[in-house]
Amino acid sequence: MSVRSTLPRSSVGNPPPRPSPARGEGESNAELTARRSRAARRRLLTVYGLRLLFAVIWLGGWELSSRMNWVDPFFVGQPTGVVARLWTWITEGTALGPLWLQAAVTMEEAVVGFIIGSLLGVVFGILLGRIELLAETLSPFIKAANAIPRVVLGSLFAIMFGLSLWGKAATAVVLVFFVVFFNAFQGVREVDRNLIANARILGADNRRLTIEIIIPSALSWILASLHISFGLAIVGAVVGELFGATAGLGQLIYNAGHTFDVNGVFAGMFLLAVLALIAEGLISALENRLIKWRPNRVSGEIPI
Amino acid sequence: MAGPAIELHGVTKRFATPKGGVYTALRDLTLEVAPGEFCAVVGPTGCGKSTTLALISGLEPASAGEVRVEGRPVKGIADGIGYVFQNDAVFPWKTVLENVAAGPRYHGAAGRDARERAREWITRVGLAGFEDRFPHQLSGGMRKRVGLAQSLINGPRILLMDEPFSALDVQTRTLMENELLSLWSSTAASVVFVTHDLEEAIALADRVVVLTAGPGTVKGTYTVDLPRPRNVAEIRFQPRFTQIYEAIWGQLRDEVLVSYERQKHAAAV
Repeated sequence: MSVRSTLPRSSVGNPPPRPSPARGEGESNAELTARRSRAARRRLLTVYGLRLLFAVIWLGGWELSSRMNWVDPFFVGQPTGVVARLWTWITEGTALGPLWLQAAVTMEEAVVGFIIGSLLGVVFGILLGRIELLAETLSPFIKAANAIPRVVLGSLFAIMFGLSLWGKAATAVVLVFFVVFFNAFQGVREVDRNLIANARILGADNRRLTIEIIIPSALSWILASLHISFGLAIVGAVVGELFGATAGLGQLIYNAGHTFDVNGVFAGMFLLAVLALIAEGLISALENRLIKWRPNRVSGEIPI
Repeated sequence: MAGPAIELHGVTKRFATPKGGVYTALRDLTLEVAPGEFCAVVGPTGCGKSTTLALISGLEPASAGEVRVEGRPVKGIADGIGYVFQNDAVFPWKTVLENVAAGPRYHGAAGRDARERAREWITRVGLAGFEDRFPHQLSGGMRKRVGLAQSLINGPRILLMDEPFSALDVQTRTLMENELLSLWSSTAASVVFVTHDLEEAIALADRVVVLTAGPGTVKGTYTVDLPRPRNVAEIRFQPRFTQIYEAIWGQLRDEVLVSYERQKHAAAV
């Protein structure tokens, strides 16, 4: 069940547990708990240590190979250059204005697109999941719409909405919608038939059935899709900025690209990654709140 | 109420299979259950026992024949019916209290009344103190108790039970069977109890109906004249129990063999 709470593994750098015939029968519950938590702590330290090691090797290798001119820093940049660029942005602002403003603009576009897209996805997913005729009628159109590369719609939205927030948000919406929609639809379809029969026997009408049985049951699917779709919302916002914008991290990255400022491109990417991770953390927190009824699946899970 | 509580007359149920064929689950089944009677239905696997319950509850319409509950033809899910499912059908995202209170709330009771009545029923099935647990935090037997309270709180006049205890271990099962009998004796509900376990059927029921291997139809009906109140754990040592068991088993065995041969054949093909 739990990976962390088992005995420490010899393969992660700890000495193998001493074979002791008394162990298991001889120790008290308190000792067992203490041993477990010690093992868990050791394991956690090992994981963090390995992560640090990985980052050092990766960034160090990058820095070294550009310093030694094995690769041309003009094309691949270098970590110290990226940090320097970030520092300039923070202290002196960017070519487009203060850095926080760029981040705020992109996040606003992404969040607005994410919220609208996932709401639409959930509503349509549940509607089509519940009404079979509607699903059958619309399915070829939805499949066709899903098959086209939707980022190209960004150019269309730039024409429709100009330089405003809505062009970028709309691009994010079309990316987010389909992921959430398909998950919500599938979630509704997979609801346990027994639960539906039980609720109907107990006297639930269609509205109750949808609110109390279908939606909670589909929620795991929907929440899983939100993790992926926030990343897509950021993609939508950044791509939207490509088709015309006056501010935003995406615009900042393109500016850097056009002036051959590779470190600037990486710095912008780094900022986007940080924002995406923060959002991911918020979504996980929401998920844990909403489905606290689920069997505890946290222990021993490898966080990725 | 003079007439039978449940009547099935010449009922046939066919399903369309995904391959385009037709599967007949029940053929020309006729069965009556008197008000307040505890009727057990036994039969080999796949003889349409569960289908019978689905027809009575109104979850499925009959393909032919007539299904009446309390004298009225069944059209959709009627009021006054309780259904205890074979698998867990309690709602995993609701606490025990919310699960039991669901029925009254669906019938328009105010949240507070519903919760109050739910607490009473939770106590009656022996789960006091577990109101705020989620189903995954309970054992299988406890979840079954939640399911029982959930159905009984609606005061059903007809209680349909689909192998409700088949997933429980033997000790828990005997315990639950006794509990069911004592809960049932305080109601006036007619019960149709589907099981593949003949011992369970005789220990609980007033009458045992044996179905043939699918398509199911009634092979025989046996009255169980054992006195009540019964103790399920001990009743099987009574000589009369053994007599009844032997009489019914003689009939059931043939059907079980037919069903077994058929499955073997199907597996070979």
